[in-house]
Amino acid sequence: MSENVFEVSNLNLFYGQHKALSDINMDIQSHTITALIGPSGCGKSTFLRTLNRMNDLIDGVRITGSVLFDNKDVYTQTDPLDLRRRVGMVFQKPNPFPSSIYDNVAYAPRLHKRISKSELDNIVEDCLKKASLWDEVKDCLKKSAYSLSGGQQQRLCIARTLAASPEVILMDEPTSALDPLSTTRIENLMDDLKKNYTIVIVTHNMQQASRISDKTGFFFTNQEKSGFLVEYGDTEELFFNPRDKRTEDYITGRFG
Amino acid sequence: MFNKSIKVRKYREKCGVSVIFMSSLFSCIAVALITIFLFKEGLVLFKEVSVKEFLTSTEWFPSSDNPKYGILSFIYATFVVTGLSLLFALPFALSLAIFLAKMCPERLRGIIKGCTEVLQGIPSVIFGLVGIAVVVPAVRALFGGNGYSLLSASIVLSIMIFPTIVNVSEVSIRAVSQSLCDASTALGATKAQTILRVVLPSSFKGIAVGIILALGRAVGETTAVILVGGNAPILPKSLVSMGRTLTMNIVTDMSYAEGTHMQALFASGVLLFIIILALNMVAIYITHRKGSNKYDR
Repeated sequence: MSENVFEVSNLNLFYGQHKALSDINMDIQSHTITALIGPSGCGKSTFLRTLNRMNDLIDGVRITGSVLFDNKDVYTQTDPLDLRRRVGMVFQKPNPFPSSIYDNVAYAPRLHKRISKSELDNIVEDCLKKASLWDEVKDCLKKSAYSLSGGQQQRLCIARTLAASPEVILMDEPTSALDPLSTTRIENLMDDLKKNYTIVIVTHNMQQASRISDKTGFFFTNQEKSGFLVEYGDTEELFFNPRDKRTEDYITGRFG
Repeated sequence: MFNKSIKVRKYREKCGVSVIFMSSLFSCIAVALITIFLFKEGLVLFKEVSVKEFLTSTEWFPSSDNPKYGILSFIYATFVVTGLSLLFALPFALSLAIFLAKMCPERLRGIIKGCTEVLQGIPSVIFGLVGIAVVVPAVRALFGGNGYSLLSASIVLSIMIFPTIVNVSEVSIRAVSQSLCDASTALGATKAQTILRVVLPSSFKGIAVGIILALGRAVGETTAVILVGGNAPILPKSLVSMGRTLTMNIVTDMSYAEGTHMQALFASGVLLFIIILALNMVAIYITHRKGSNKYDR
């Protein structure tokens, strides 16, 4: 039985007066892929961003309840800079920095410590290999990251995240801006990464969730437009034998 | 019925296009005429005075029996004053631009932007007067001399070019995509690291253009610097010495110059023109540089 990386209990999140997340309870196990599904505006992404405190950047966000990472409360016992290094994030649209491929991957190591050129070279090569991009870019590390295709850029962003040596990788619809082939590559990549990292992925694509994830959480909105967790469990269980009527309706495409 | 209306519309379209075309033609002709006139009046000087003497001698005795026309002192003063003013203005202007673009609450931003825009519109003679009242006595008290100096001119100029740098830089810093800042934050960067490593490199092009525009203004500024700069036609010994820039020289001597003296002033104008042209070409080069595409999407 694997241990819990995150333990979320009674989490509520408010944007000003509006309650965007309502009473979320969720444990996320290490070395698994956890998928978060649900219709637009149900708070999946907002929930994801509480895990690395990216919501801190938005004015008027207030949180109650607790989010434990590594048995420490994320909001009271963890430094956000350290948290974000340990809990990396990959965004919906590939967003490489306007610099070379090498500098993109080297960004996080350079932030966090003094580092020698050779050590940095090793990290860059290692992370690009883990992101299965190395073979495509090893001869042009000095080229602009924008010279890459969309799918390559997203794998570069994954490599950039890995270079911070995180324990968890949060992915916010990482393939929704990509073509099917690039999507497949990234899904295969996630399966490899699972061995060493814990992955939480928000996705609109239910096939994707059922293909790649071990656990799935289904979010939905109540009458007050607050997002809440309807059902959470083993992916197979949730897709083939949903306990809740709303889950069944959603995954069979009756709404959403 | 329909045909007629199409005819009318096409006619109007033609009128519109010709108005736009004439306007652009007019500005081209204006530039061409200014260039031709300036060079025609200025370049005749070099029949009597060598280019080398004109540019490398510090002796400016246009009214003596054996007149000398060397403008090196003025070139030197122009470069010193321009460079210093940029040195003074840039750190503050960049800090303010970053603050406005990335940290400032929206309402405060409106107020500060309003102020910088007003500052940009204030006539330069006002800056000169304020310089006489405030900067000159301050320089006199702090650094000695009589206060009318290159240093005073640089300080006044730095205040004048400050809003230009702020406004142009702020626009380009704001244009940096939020998703890049998010990426940096999500990797554990502090706000300062994000600004230094992502925001500033990404907006480098706009900031550079802002600096060049400001330099152009500084090189060409006349009234404000003439009031506080001392206007002595000699090579300044130090920053608190009185000095005369190219523009100051043209304005001061133009009232009584004639003959070769007049030509020398026009030749100074040609030099100013070339400096401004060069600055503009650098700005165009930076904006259109191929490699710089890597800084936008």
